[in-house]
Parts: sequence; C-alpha cells; structure tokens
Amino acid sequence: MTIRARVTVMPKPGVLDPQGKAIGHALANLGFAGVGEVRAGKVIELELAETDPAKAKAVAEEMARRLLANTVIESYRVEIG
Amino acid sequence: MAIALERAAGRPPAMLFHRETELPRGTDLVVLAGGFSYGDYLRCGAIAAHSPIMRAVREFAARGGHVLGVCNGFQILCEAQMLPGALLRNASLRFLSMDCHLRVERAGTPFTGRWQKGAVFRSVMAHGDGNYFADAATLDRLEGEGLVAFRYCDARGEATAEANLNGSARNIAGILSPNLRVLGLMPHPEDYVDPLMGGTDGLPLFESLVDALAAAPA
Repeated sequence: MTIRARVTVMPKPGVLDPQGKAIGHALANLGFAGVGEVRAGKVIELELAETDPAKAKAVAEEMARRLLANTVIESYRVEIG
Repeated sequence: MAIALERAAGRPPAMLFHRETELPRGTDLVVLAGGFSYGDYLRCGAIAAHSPIMRAVREFAARGGHVLGVCNGFQILCEAQMLPGALLRNASLRFLSMDCHLRVERAGTPFTGRWQKGAVFRSVMAHGDGNYFADAATLDRLEGEGLVAFRYCDARGEATAEANLNGSARNIAGILSPNLRVLGLMPHPEDYVDPLMGGTDGLPLFESLVDALAAAPA
C-alpha cells in the first residue's frame, strides 16, 4: 500500500517572487487584462509507503520542513490522497 | 578557489567530494567553493546542504572551525542553516556576470583582518540567485551584532541602490556567524588574486585567513 502526498510550496507573502512577476508581465503582453498579483510556487508529489493517512501527512510535513520548503522564504501545504 | 588558497597559503588545499564523510585530519579551514551543485534543483544549495560531507562540515564549524562559502557555497551555508537568511533570484531576473565593488563593514575578523573598516575593493559576481533575504528582525540582529561582512557599493564606497545589482536586502553581500568564523558571500574574491587575472583585489581575504589560522593554536 502506498499513499500519495502532494506538497505545495509557495513564496511567503512579502518575499519577492520575480518568477511570478515575469509570468504576470507575459500574461499582460498576451492581452490578458485584469491580472493582479501572480505568485509562482511548486508542487511536489510523493508516493509514501504508508497506510495511515495521518502518519503519511506527518511524514510529508517533516519532509517539507527539512528539505522541500525553505521556511525562511517559503510556506508549504500538504494534501493526502 | 584552489589557486587563491595555494597562493595565500603556499600549499594546495585538499579537494573533497560531496560523498565523503570526514574532513582530513588537521583541517583548519573548509571552503565551499562556487558552482552549481545538483543542477540548482529544488533551490540553489538545498540538496548539497544535505550531502554526506555536510555533517562533518557542520560539526567542524560547531567546534569553532573556520568555514568560507562563496556563491553556491554561501547558498549551501544558508540552506544548511549555518548562516541565517536565504538567497533569492536576482531582482532583475538576470544572471549577473560582472565586476562589482564591496565595502568592508566588519574589519578585524579572520576574513577581513588585512582591510580597514570601510575599505572598498573590486570583486566579481557571477550568479542568478544572489538576492540576500532575511526578515527584518534577522537583518536588525545581523547589523546590531556587526555580522554584516561586506556590502555592495559603488567605486566610491557608497552603498547605493544602483550598486545593489541583485537586489539584496540592505546591500548585503556577505555575512558572518556570531563567532566570526563562518563567512558566506556571493561575489568571488578568488577571481582577483593574481595580476594575470586582472588584479589582486580579493587577495587580502585569503591573506587574512592565513594570518588568523597561523596565529590560532592547532
């Protein structure tokens, strides 16, 4: 049995996100009006050898804290299943 | 980097691979040189910060060992939480490869002993992610404790916005650990250590280290 976890990592509010800014500019160049702030993060999908969703979530959160996100500049969210 | 170390110390440094787990006996300085470890995957320096050799580097620093991290080495030290803060993508989004000027903010450290406070020297930057970031409380602590080693400035020593090419918080180019024995900086002092390279502006950093380490008890 494995459980899938999805870790979403986003730049924290107040941290410059030049990638998001560049995407916003490109959308404006394409003629999309009314696009406000654009923030770009990343999604990391994990296949975990766990059967207990609560345990899987705890493990994925520790992975996020220790490696997947840099909590100085990024926040993270873990979803299971 | 090896050229700079050999030039200052008179003998070549030992080269270690990331998979190694121990430092050579008698190591008195660890240098994390610049480059692009693990393809900059995830975040610059994030994977390298957890490579096998880093446990030994961390223990070495905890025992009071001297550690210098330049460019990717600085990123690794931040990711390893051996120095506070993080290096973000350059504010301009451009990879910056050019000369810059640095102002010495803290003299009298193992890395800056050969300079006076306020001295300005030329260095080289070559990075895409050199935009130093830390929260305001951390920046205030770094400044209050005199742990900002170098700031980006113009040729006259003014720390202007124009001279802060990568957008770093408060023009910070390099920071020190509280015991002053760990230094991380984005520019490459090792790129100016010989007239054939175009100058010796970065040599005092390595000579300072030799002074400090020669004076230190083994």
